[in-house]
Amino acid sequence: MTQYLNFEKPLAEIEGKAEELRALARANEEMDIEAEAEALDAKAEQLLVDLYKDLTPWRKCQVARHPERPHCKDYIKALFTEYTPLAGDRNFADDHAVMGGLARFNDQPVMVIGHEKGSDTKSRIERNFGMARPEGYRKAIRLLQMADKFGLPVITLVDTPGAYPGKGAEERGQSEAIARSTEACLQIGVPLISVVIGEGGSGGAVAFATANRVAMLEHSVYSVISPEGCASILWKDAEKMREAAEALRLTAQDLQELGVADYVVSEPNGGAHRDAETAIAAVGDAIQNLLDEMKAMDGPALIKDRQQKYLDLGSKGLAA
Amino acid sequence: MNWITNYVRPRINSIFSRREVPENLWQKCSECGTMLFHRELSDNLNVCTNCDHHMAITPRARFDALFDGGIFVEIDVPEPVADPLKFRDQKRYPDRMKAAQKKTGEKEAMLVVEGEIGRTPIVAAAQDFSFMGGSMSMYVGNAILAAAERAVELKRPLVLFSAAGGARMQEGILGLMQMPRTTIAVQMLKQAGLPYIVVLTHPTTGGVTASYAMLGDVHIAEPNALIGFAGARVIEQTIREKLPEGFQRAEYLLDHGILDRVTKRTEMRKELVTIIRMLMGQSPQVVGDLPAPEQLDDAIADAENDVQDAAEDKADAT
Repeated sequence: MTQYLNFEKPLAEIEGKAEELRALARANEEMDIEAEAEALDAKAEQLLVDLYKDLTPWRKCQVARHPERPHCKDYIKALFTEYTPLAGDRNFADDHAVMGGLARFNDQPVMVIGHEKGSDTKSRIERNFGMARPEGYRKAIRLLQMADKFGLPVITLVDTPGAYPGKGAEERGQSEAIARSTEACLQIGVPLISVVIGEGGSGGAVAFATANRVAMLEHSVYSVISPEGCASILWKDAEKMREAAEALRLTAQDLQELGVADYVVSEPNGGAHRDAETAIAAVGDAIQNLLDEMKAMDGPALIKDRQQKYLDLGSKGLAA
Repeated sequence: MNWITNYVRPRINSIFSRREVPENLWQKCSECGTMLFHRELSDNLNVCTNCDHHMAITPRARFDALFDGGIFVEIDVPEPVADPLKFRDQKRYPDRMKAAQKKTGEKEAMLVVEGEIGRTPIVAAAQDFSFMGGSMSMYVGNAILAAAERAVELKRPLVLFSAAGGARMQEGILGLMQMPRTTIAVQMLKQAGLPYIVVLTHPTTGGVTASYAMLGDVHIAEPNALIGFAGARVIEQTIREKLPEGFQRAEYLLDHGILDRVTKRTEMRKELVTIIRMLMGQSPQVVGDLPAPEQLDDAIADAENDVQDAAEDKADAT
């Protein structure tokens, strides 16, 4: 049973009706409702197309955060083989909000790192809702450097509301850990590809997404601050998140225009959570294409390419 | 309309308004409440003479006091695209910019300069918290890159005084992208083997802390400066706990190994000179009240003239 978002209410009603009809038919064999139910299905299908055709930025945020959206774990399971998690920052702890390890991508050995939000109450708590602590970033730094040492391309999967705002996180240097992770991203002489699969939450995302190529899923978002946070600061009213989401230009499409995202991966109709398999496969194709793009570059060229991408972000705005 | 309304009333009003204390002559310490005379306060670098509370200081006032003879040269910063997102909240971003420019008299939230401190050549950058919360914009990114490039060109260390709430929301993702951009600036200095010293001032938080402000060779903070990633209120709401006294303050961070030193503003100059001269392999600093470099040249010229004059006098005498 799909969890409907607020704006999907009309869809929920139609699909509910179709479901009801079919349930009735099962109880009463005399009834022939299939034609009617199919009409409802078609109507629902069309409504879904209409709803997702032109999602507002705030709706995109909701889709990006959808609890049933495929998460890092699902991508790793489907796209990689021989995934061998590597744990810990060698200092304090292993942060479960960050997954990472060696794996094969289309048989090529790579390092994969990503935020994992969890998929039920238990795993969400264990994963801290995808909010990493300093240990998570320090684990990532360790894996980035290891990949550099052994010449393995790195793929990062970004999906985090942001870095964890906690007492211990601050005491153990959350800022420094993020800064060093961004620095490590910039320093490695291997291809670094980042895919924003859901939420790219501020500094917590930058720490992983400072890549040669950044791909974003069609309904993913990447922002300096959450729309709610922005609304409460600039509008002094957290309920103005729709306006804030609009103003922040946080959609994949806007980011592509601004030069932050290099590639937008299309999602199945109704969002990645309605057909995870198709969405994940599309991401896999995108990763392979982007890896191929960088095949000819050696270590120094890759570092220079990455630096240039970010140095250029200061000269371009959205077309008026 | 008669002479009373036209003439007498304005005169009376002007007498009374003149009686009011001129503005800005006295400032109240926000910590201990002591009234401080403005000149005394600025002579003490906006540090309360009663309780040592460090109040905000503008980049220009800081540099006036920092550089020998108050002499420094501004470094040009490339202009970024203005208002890249056509951002509008309750106000338009360009209007907010204009208001900030009017309020501070500065163009943007960061000033980058070169000059000498204690005869030690440096490049310095300072962030202005009074300019839209010091927020990291594309201009700020450009400023830090310009500072780093100039430092590399002149083979000088970079001293950066940070003060910011984080990335500038009105520039959205492009504000956030200054995190990797400024990190590249820091890498330029690293590659050139030049010291990068961060002086963290009140407050330094968010994306600024999570990039260039935490990547220094040496981290020095001003006393009691608020330094952190997340805001205290957000943390309290997340963990549903009261935070300890002094949380995210400079001394707390020093205790947790995140800073090298906490140093009073009035002693900062001396300390910077000492550290930089050691890192740059220069001889120990000359202690004393040094005149500005230009004035020094004049002084040398004067001394030489004096010697010459004396010699001439002597020749005349004989």
